[in-house]
Amino acid sequence: MAALPFYAQLINLFAALLLLLAFAMLTQRRVLSLVNLFAAQGLALALSTAVVAWGTHQTHLYWSAGLTLLLKVALLPWLLLRLIRQLDVKWDVEGLINIPTTMLIGIVLVVFSFNLALPISQLAATVTRSTLGIAMASVMLAFLMMITRRKAIPQVIGFLAMENGLFFAATSATYGMPMVVELGIALDVLVGMLILGVFFFQIREQFDSLDLKHLEQLKESEE
Amino acid sequence: MTLAGVLSQLLQVALALALAPLLVGWVNQCRAWLSNRSAPPLLLPYRTIRKLFTKDAIVAEGASPIFRVTPYVVFGAMCCAAAIVPSLATDLPFAQAADAIALVGLFALARVFIALAAMDIGTAFGSLGARREMFVGFLAEPALLMVLFTASLISGSTSLPTIVDTLAHREFAIYPSLAFAGVAFTMVSLAENARIPVDNPTTHLELTMIHEAMILEYSARHLALIEWASALKLFNYSCIGLALFFPFGIAPGGGDWLATMGAAPALIGKLAIGGFLLALIEALSAKMRIFRAPEFLGTAFLLAVLAMLVNLLLGS
Repeated sequence: MAALPFYAQLINLFAALLLLLAFAMLTQRRVLSLVNLFAAQGLALALSTAVVAWGTHQTHLYWSAGLTLLLKVALLPWLLLRLIRQLDVKWDVEGLINIPTTMLIGIVLVVFSFNLALPISQLAATVTRSTLGIAMASVMLAFLMMITRRKAIPQVIGFLAMENGLFFAATSATYGMPMVVELGIALDVLVGMLILGVFFFQIREQFDSLDLKHLEQLKESEE
Repeated sequence: MTLAGVLSQLLQVALALALAPLLVGWVNQCRAWLSNRSAPPLLLPYRTIRKLFTKDAIVAEGASPIFRVTPYVVFGAMCCAAAIVPSLATDLPFAQAADAIALVGLFALARVFIALAAMDIGTAFGSLGARREMFVGFLAEPALLMVLFTASLISGSTSLPTIVDTLAHREFAIYPSLAFAGVAFTMVSLAENARIPVDNPTTHLELTMIHEAMILEYSARHLALIEWASALKLFNYSCIGLALFFPFGIAPGGGDWLATMGAAPALIGKLAIGGFLLALIEALSAKMRIFRAPEFLGTAFLLAVLAMLVNLLLGS
């Protein structure tokens, strides 16, 4: 541990923070806090990317850190907050499974992804390779969040959080993707968010609710 | 076993016994300030204990010997714990006898006895408090163990003096796992010491009290011992927290007598800050419903397990 350079320790710290925030999102009841947590996760991601850039002198990572900061800390949370205000959905979100059980499943997922990442990270040559497990765990936890939530907005936040995890995996395993790919993904996420925002309004107009279980029925009424 | 070791051991226990009520008084004072009330005197816990010792003890009708023995057992367990936790020095002859797991066992022993005594009388409040206490305890204990295991993983030993020695004299490094463990430990200590998010130490409202409900039937010297023991428990938990997460200023093993003396002001300073922070947490949070406690302590357990996992992943 002590042999690691200072910047690698910082990255480890941010990685741990990322995992913690993923868990916090998994167990959060309120939609507004969920958005704030998502913004905080974006901030941790941007900081860790910046530290990787500073430590390994990969200047293009500064750009991607800036992009993350702009997109995931400012723009997307702002869009989400505006959506929540417009849809007037500040209620508590209830999950399909109660929170302590979700946490236990989350721990199992973390153990699973740490185990899974261990042999993979041996193949990578980067200083930050040990954080690959954390990146995978964040992806898994975001998945779990999408599965256990019933309402539309938390599911979308789960989707965005999953993208955070993937991005972190890319940074930690290979020092980031090519700039074109990164820009493409950023645009995708942004456009996806906008389209889903429109969808929310449509869903609510149709069913008077954002509960996605209504979408499971094919016909108007099944008597 | 050296003479200096025995001396620092004795000094440490004496200091714990003397300072524990002061810590409670300090926390109460800070709480009063923060909620804009006029503060009770700093030495009020001492006066309460002295007053209780001069009164005649009344034991409830039909009380079994367990009821009479419990205050002494609880107080004894807390004194033993104060001897094990390295708050001043790590050169503690007594600490060889018990490691971190035994320390958790000591706390459990005290908890079981106080719960038995509460149920022994047969009052409704007593058994209600006892059940709630065991409910909180069985959730808090695994989290506490996980926190201690995380520290043990870093230092490779479950003996508290060794852990503190390793943590205090390592070269500077960021340990994300210790940060997680620190948060988990704070949550566990809030629950274990009957502090606000889980229990309110000042309430005597029937529906919400936990710890107070169990000791309602005690009076005079028994009550004094129990009050003193719960002050000691708070002191012990604070010292464990300080020793694990802020181990600076603790005299190293094999240190001389002067180093131990020098560690005392540092300890008092750290405790004063810690007490203020505890009061701040209490002032800022509201008491939870009792059935939210599993969620609160589940989070603590989760954080502690994450600390261990992160340590295994990043530390290797």
